[in-house]
Amino acid sequence: MKVGVVTFPGSLDDADARRAVRLGGNEAVALWHGDHDLKGVDAVLLPGGFSYGDYLRCGAIARFAPVMTEVIDAARGGMPVLGICNGFQILCESHLLPGALIRNDHRKFGCLDQTLVIENNRTAWTSSYEVGQEVTIVLKNGEGSFVADEKTLDLLEAEGRVVARYVGNPNGSQRGIAGISNEAGNVVGLMPHPEHAIEDLCGPGTDGLGFFTSLGSLAV
Amino acid sequence: MARVVVDVMPKPEILDPQGKAVLGALPRLGFDGVTEVRQGKRFELEIDGELTEARLAEVNEMAEKLLSNPVIEDYAVTVVA
Repeated sequence: MKVGVVTFPGSLDDADARRAVRLGGNEAVALWHGDHDLKGVDAVLLPGGFSYGDYLRCGAIARFAPVMTEVIDAARGGMPVLGICNGFQILCESHLLPGALIRNDHRKFGCLDQTLVIENNRTAWTSSYEVGQEVTIVLKNGEGSFVADEKTLDLLEAEGRVVARYVGNPNGSQRGIAGISNEAGNVVGLMPHPEHAIEDLCGPGTDGLGFFTSLGSLAV
Repeated sequence: MARVVVDVMPKPEILDPQGKAVLGALPRLGFDGVTEVRQGKRFELEIDGELTEARLAEVNEMAEKLLSNPVIEDYAVTVVA
């Protein structure tokens, strides 16, 4: 599959994300925030970083970047979209996912190897995992605390849309939520970074690779 | 010309770590008796031409769509001049 990785001004992890896409067996296509063009990709990844310097709110300006018009349309049409960290924040600001990410409850930037439990493997991005599987990937953010009203949280739980949950809550996220999906399951937002855990050479191992191999199994 | 202020505050039920950090700093500086601090944002908008009902409605739309995130924040629009 062709996976587009969007670069916004201030994106940091776009190159790592493209590399992870390739190691996952897919073709990475660089997309530019200022273009109204998805270049014929089959899926889109919004990478981590500090788009537009996190001005106003994290993801608030990026959400109105030209390319997002096409990303939002495609996501509503069923295209797989994964937002990692800042990408998750952009998806929430775009209202493709419910809730919001606010400052960590401990008020510090966190950077650690974090264990998660995969709770939903029916999404386009998590089908390589088993339900209940523990994976350790990198968590690095200042505003990663997931919040939503009780009704929304209950709905996410009832519909099985909590994709991954933290083992030990590192940032005050409600119900320990690390990642969620939209109703259809094609749009996933994840606060930790699987693209930094794809090779043994660096990072905490290869547990993150499944997010990038899942798409391949979708294609066959 | 008109000046319109949009105040954006975190919703009461949303944790405000920045406000908490400020609250923690005050007693260290010798300022006692402050029981809560909530930190928000203030936007001052200069509006061209006459501030009609329609323009004011548009400011509310700006506040709703961009200046605030209704999931976590409330906003208030005030015409000051």
